[in-house]
Amino acid sequence: MKREKVLVQCTVNGKEVAEYVDPRESLLEMLRNRLGLTSVKKGCEVGECGACTVIIDGETIDSCIYLAVWAEGKNIRTLEGLEKNGELTRIQEAFIEEGAVQCGFCTPGFIMSATVLLERGEVLSREAIKKQMSGNLCRCTGYQNIVNAVEKVMKENADHK
Amino acid sequence: MIGKSVPRVDAYEKVTGRAKFTDDLILDKCLVAKVYHATIGNGIVKSIDTSRAEALDGVVKVVTFKDVPDHCYPTPGHPWSVEPAHQDVADRNILTGRIRYYGDDIAAVVAEDEVTASRALKLIKVEYEEYPVEIHPRKSMYGSHPPIHFDKKDNVLNRTNFFIGNVDQGLEQSDTVVKRSYKTPMVQHCHLENPVSFAYMEKDRVVVVTSTQIPHIVRRVIGQALGIPWGRVRVIKPYIGGGFGNKQDVLYEPLNAFLTMQVGGRPVKLELSREETFCNTRTRHSIEYDLTAGVDKEGRLLAKDMMAYSNQGAYASHGHAIAANGLTAWRLQYACPNIRGEAYTIYTNTPVGGAMRAYGIPEAAFAIECFMDDIAAEIHMDPLEFRRKNLIKGYYEDAYLKPIAANTNGIFECLEKGAEYIRWEEKRKKYASQTGSVRRGVGMALFSYKTGVWPISLEIAGARMSLNQDGSVQLQLGATEIGQGADTVFTQMAAETLHMGMEDIHIVTVQDTDVTPFDTGAYASRQSFITGTAVKQCAEELLGKILSYAKTLLPEEETRELSLDHGWIYAGDEQAISLEALAQECYYSLTNSSVITAEVSTQVKKNTIATGCCFAEVEVDLKLGTIKILDIINVHDSGKLLNPQLAEMQVHGGMSMGMGYGLSEQLILDEKTGRPLNGNLLDYKLMTALDTPDMKAEFVELNDPMGPYGNKALGEPPAIPGAPAIRNAVLHATGVAFNEIPLTPQRLIEGFTKAGLIGKEGKQHV
Repeated sequence: MKREKVLVQCTVNGKEVAEYVDPRESLLEMLRNRLGLTSVKKGCEVGECGACTVIIDGETIDSCIYLAVWAEGKNIRTLEGLEKNGELTRIQEAFIEEGAVQCGFCTPGFIMSATVLLERGEVLSREAIKKQMSGNLCRCTGYQNIVNAVEKVMKENADHK
Repeated sequence: MIGKSVPRVDAYEKVTGRAKFTDDLILDKCLVAKVYHATIGNGIVKSIDTSRAEALDGVVKVVTFKDVPDHCYPTPGHPWSVEPAHQDVADRNILTGRIRYYGDDIAAVVAEDEVTASRALKLIKVEYEEYPVEIHPRKSMYGSHPPIHFDKKDNVLNRTNFFIGNVDQGLEQSDTVVKRSYKTPMVQHCHLENPVSFAYMEKDRVVVVTSTQIPHIVRRVIGQALGIPWGRVRVIKPYIGGGFGNKQDVLYEPLNAFLTMQVGGRPVKLELSREETFCNTRTRHSIEYDLTAGVDKEGRLLAKDMMAYSNQGAYASHGHAIAANGLTAWRLQYACPNIRGEAYTIYTNTPVGGAMRAYGIPEAAFAIECFMDDIAAEIHMDPLEFRRKNLIKGYYEDAYLKPIAANTNGIFECLEKGAEYIRWEEKRKKYASQTGSVRRGVGMALFSYKTGVWPISLEIAGARMSLNQDGSVQLQLGATEIGQGADTVFTQMAAETLHMGMEDIHIVTVQDTDVTPFDTGAYASRQSFITGTAVKQCAEELLGKILSYAKTLLPEEETRELSLDHGWIYAGDEQAISLEALAQECYYSLTNSSVITAEVSTQVKKNTIATGCCFAEVEVDLKLGTIKILDIINVHDSGKLLNPQLAEMQVHGGMSMGMGYGLSEQLILDEKTGRPLNGNLLDYKLMTALDTPDMKAEFVELNDPMGPYGNKALGEPPAIPGAPAIRNAVLHATGVAFNEIPLTPQRLIEGFTKAGLIGKEGKQHV
C-alpha cells in the first residue's frame, strides 16, 4: 500500500522550502526529520505539552497536531531561526540571565511562545503572562524564572518605546 | 568560584536548540520498534499469533516473550552488590507471557517506519486466560491464586521493621495518645522528554544511546538481561529532558538492545509515547500509613509507631527501598525515646512503583507532618511550637545506619526564617476563628533528607582531568547532567580547586561507558556531594602534578613555594611561568614530555543530613472546593550553596512538584483492570504556569564538614514539604483534617460536607 507523496512549499526560518511529504505526516515530523530542525521537541504528540511549539504566520502552533500539508504557503519559524550568527534575541538572553533553563527540553517551545507574546508589543500583567504561557508545560523550573524572563524583556521593550 | 551564581555551562546550547537529546541524534534514520502491551490486568497469554504482523510490508521482525532469554533480571538504578543477599530483586523478563498488570510487555515489532510498526501491532492476536485483578495492597498482601510472582506466595515483596525503646510502655505512660491514617497517591514524574533510546551493533558489541540518569548501571543491566558479558555493552547518554527518578531505572534499554541483535545490528529506535510513559515506566508509590503517638502533658513525644503499606505494583523495581527509606525518616529529626516502625511492600496488579524525586520521603513526610499537626491540634498546641518542642537541636545520628548524621543542623534557623516570612504568629491568631465560605490559613511542614546512599549502598565516583595544550583543563565525569545543573557546579568545583576561570574548564557533558569514568549516576541528591568529592580530589592531584612539572622547568635554585593562579605558576608571589607555556612543554618537549592528567575513582563512606521546611498561606473556598495558594516559601539547610541561582531554581521546581502532589496530581486506576484512566498530560493534572503561584526560596547556609565544599543534599528535598504544608494550612483555615492527597475539589467538597461546613447542595452551614 504505497501512498503518494505530496509537495509542500512553505517558508521556514526565512528560507523557501519544498518537500515531498507523506500526507499523514505532522509538521513536527517534517521539521525534525526532513529539515533537521531538532529544536522542535516531541513531548506528547497530541498537543498537550507545547514542546513542539513553532510560529506559523505569527501564531504559536503545536506542530505535532498540525499536518505538514497544511503548511503549504505558510511562514514558519522555529528556534533555529531566532539566533543570527551567534547573536541571541533578548528573550534567549533573558532565559539565561534569569535561570529559566534546566533540562532544556521544553525551552525551545517556551521561547517560541514568549517570542510571539513579545512581538505583539503588549504590556501584560504577570498573571496574564502566566495565562499566555500555560500551553507549555515544564517540570523542572516551576515556571517562576521563565515568567521572570518574559516579564523582564516585556518591561525593557516598553521602556524603549 | 564556589558560591557564585555563574550561568549554566549548557545554557547557550539549550536556548538555541542546539543541545542534542537522544532522538535528535537519529531522527527517522533507523528502524522503529514498538511494544505490544497486554489488554488485561492479570493472567497468562494462552496463544499469540504474529503471522499477519510479520506478513505486513515493511515489518522487519516480530519477537514475543517466547523469543527472549528466560532468566529474570533486576532493573533499579542501584549500585550492584557482590553479596547475593544485597542484590536487587530480579523479577523481570524482557517480554512476558505472564501478565501482571494492564499494559505488560508481551511482544515487540521492528519495522521500517513508525506507521508500519503501529499497524503491525494491531495485527497481533493474543488470547488470554484471565486471573482476578487486585490493585489494593492491603488486600493483595493476603495472597492470591496464583501469586503475582511465584516465589512470593503472599504477594509481599518485603517487610522490615525496627524498634527503639519500648513503644507500648511509652504509650501507656503518655497523657494523650493519637492515632491517624494517611494515604498518598500514585503519581508520575512527567519529565517532558519521554523515555527514548536507539541501539545498534558495532563489531560484536551492542551500543545503546538512551535518555537515562544512570548510564553505567544501564550497561550492567543490559548485560544481565541479555546474558552477555558487560564489556560487550556500550551505553551513551546525551542531554536528557528530565528524569526525576524515572530514568534512574532501566526501562526499555534491554529490549532495545535485544531487538537490534535480532535484526543483524541495524539501528533500532524505541521511543515511548506519553501514554506508555504513564502506564509502562515507573510511578511514585502510593503508600498507606497508620501512625500512633503518645505525648506527655508538656507535649513531648514519648512514643511513636508507624505501619506503612506500599503499593509496589507488578514488578519490584526499586522495591522495598522506598518504603524502608520512610521508616528511616520516621526515627530521625524528632526526639522520642520509644520508636517503632514496620513497612510492607506489596505486589499488586498496577503500574510499577519506582524512584521518584526524594525516594519515599514525600510520602512519609506527608504522613508524618500531617500527623504532627494533628497531634498538636489534639493537645491544643500551636503546631510550630509543638515541633520546636520535639525537634532535635544540633547533632544527631541514626540509631541503625551509621554514619548517617546531622553533622550540621539548621532546622531551627529554617523554621525561624519561614515563620517570619509568612508572619506565622500574627496569622495563626488572625485566622483562628473565621466564618464565611472563604477562609484563610497558614500551615507548615518540615523534613530531613540524607545525602547519597551510604551505608545502605555503595558510593563511588570517578573523575578524569587532562591539561590541554593551551593550559585549559578537560573534565570528564561519569556523573550525569539531567537538568539540575550538575555540569555547571562540577565546572565551578574544578575551577575553584585549580584556581582557574570557568572558561578554562571544559566539561564533557555526554557520558559514554566506553570512555567515561565509572560513576553510578544522578540520584539520591548524591552527585555534588559524592562526585564533588572525586572532582576535588582529582583537581588536587592535577594541581600537584602541574606544580611538580613546573619545578622541572624552573632553575634549580628556585626554592620558593609554587602555586597556580589563573594561568600563571607563581614562585612565591612572583610569576614564574605561564600555564600555557608549561602545557606546551608537557606535550612537546623533546627532553621531558608527558601530558599531565589525573584520574581518580573515589569511594565515599560519608553521609550527612540536609533539612528544611515549607510555610504556606492558603485561601479555601468551601463551596467551590478550591484552594488558592496566597504565599509559599521553602527554606533549606543544604550546607554551603555551590551556585545560589541554580540552588534557587532547584527549589522552585521542587516546590511546584510539591504543590502538584498536594493539590492535583494522581494517576487514577480502573478498579477492574488496573488500567490508568488519566495517563496523559491533559487528564493528569500537572501544574501549569497559571496554576503555580509565585514562590519564595530561602536558605540557611551552614558549612557541612562532610561535603567537599561544605555542601549537602539539595536536588530532591525541595519536592518534600509542600504537600503537607498546604494540607496543614487547609486544616488551619477550615478545621478539617484531610488525610489523603491530592486535595481535589471533589475531595474537599466531600470533606467539608462531612464536617458540616457545607450542606449537600453546597450551602454553607457555619
